Amino acid sequence: MLIRRPDDIPSSEITPESTYVNRRQFVGAAGALALAGLAAPAVLGASRRPATGEAQDDKLTPEEDATSYNNFYEFGTGKDDPKRNAGTLRPRPWSVQVDGLVKAPKRWDLDDLLRGLAKEDKVYRHRCVEAWSMVIPWQGVRLRDVLARLEPTPSAKFVEFTTLLDPQQMPGQRTATLRWPYKEGLRLDEAMNPLAMLATGMYGKTIPNQNGAPLRLVVPWKYGFKGIKSIVRIRLTDTQPSTSWNDAAASEYGFYANVNPTVDHPRWTQAKERRIGEFLRRNTLMFNGYAEQVGSLYAGMDLRKFY
Amino acid sequence: MTVPSGRSPALRRAVAALVWLSALGPIGWLVWLAVSGGLGANPIESLQHRTGHYALRLLAFSLAISPLRALTRWGWLVPHRRTLGLAAFGWAITHLLVYVGLDLALDFSQFLEDVIKRRYITVGMLAIALLTPLAITSTQGWIKKLGGKRWNRLHRLVYPAMIAAVAHYLWAVKKDITLPVLYFVIVAVLMGARVLLRRQARQRAHAVTTSAAEASSTR
Repeated sequence: MLIRRPDDIPSSEITPESTYVNRRQFVGAAGALALAGLAAPAVLGASRRPATGEAQDDKLTPEEDATSYNNFYEFGTGKDDPKRNAGTLRPRPWSVQVDGLVKAPKRWDLDDLLRGLAKEDKVYRHRCVEAWSMVIPWQGVRLRDVLARLEPTPSAKFVEFTTLLDPQQMPGQRTATLRWPYKEGLRLDEAMNPLAMLATGMYGKTIPNQNGAPLRLVVPWKYGFKGIKSIVRIRLTDTQPSTSWNDAAASEYGFYANVNPTVDHPRWTQAKERRIGEFLRRNTLMFNGYAEQVGSLYAGMDLRKFY
Repeated sequence: MTVPSGRSPALRRAVAALVWLSALGPIGWLVWLAVSGGLGANPIESLQHRTGHYALRLLAFSLAISPLRALTRWGWLVPHRRTLGLAAFGWAITHLLVYVGLDLALDFSQFLEDVIKRRYITVGMLAIALLTPLAITSTQGWIKKLGGKRWNRLHRLVYPAMIAAVAHYLWAVKKDITLPVLYFVIVAVLMGARVLLRRQARQRAHAVTTSAAEASSTR
């Protein structure tokens, strides 16, 4: 068993956006106080470590980088292709087909699907299977809240997600780099984990097309390719759904795709990663540093086999 | 097809300018990209990909010189082969330096592990190993020392080197293999051209000797 506990980070790794926004106000206020000759350094020091326990050195990735360096093969295979080509995507109006093992299969208008659900602001590390990483502030809803609304039947064990299939809007789909449409999936208990979210925004704005507008999955303990973009279908099943990268190269990309520094990709090491904007590679953390929140989901599983 | 005589100095100058532009132009381009932020969010990866592309492209250009000369009979093309080949080697070494020096930040144990465990890096190193003796023996002095025949035989190593380099590229990419496959096609065409041209030359030589023999026997 390889569930390692992180030894160098504090327990929770989530920073609500309100915290980091407040922190800025706090820092500003502290600065004003400093001008007034009060003990600003102590206040600043305290403010840098919010109670939720953000790792000390996780700075937000510049928005420009997070929105111009993307893997979204529906718009081309180059990292700068999505930003250049995603203008053809029309994220509104948008509907999501819900079917499979749910109480009432139906096509939802996206706004209806999300109406009234608690909004979430989360800063998550994002670790790509290609060994680079970012830190991104997401806005959206918890996946578990959406699933609760869909009312899976007791026999449902997995959730399958499907990306839009439309070569007009997604010119990359004219080339068979992957079998379109893109599909991803989670075990239902993974999907119900509070960390899993469906994002509709990032950096406090509507999510840009190249990042998966209007609705994308964010599962920060898994490699980035699990975070399926521009979702048009959610299906509940009792068997493990097939997923795009696993179909394309099963020996390189597993169904689980949990971030794991001890299981290498066949062609490169996963022990380290380059944080975008940094020169030296840093160590990759087990479950991307979220072991405390998700480790129990995989208790007893051989993570070398279920990579 | 009519081929220009190739005697025009303007043509020669234009070809020389293209050769040097393809060999050294990327330096200026990289400097410009670095200054203007054009290397993007992951500049080390961008440098790594770009230098690899330059090396492959120049290697293909250098391989194209011999068939091109055979087609056009422009003997003055030959020295450009050395320029292009040396430039390809220079970019391949730069590619390696970016990988070891910047990407791995001189982590030599990781480098060794990669060379042993990752086949795309193994063949990449093989390509550089094959090109190294060719770069060393590219001088007039070495041609004289080895003799034309042996020198030519040695420099045929450029073909396995090119194949290793393209295999390195093919195994390194994640999914979109369009460009690596295109390079394989280019190598196949260039090697095919070489075989064809050699056969033609041999037949021509044969025809000349037999007709000479016939001429002497009828005399």
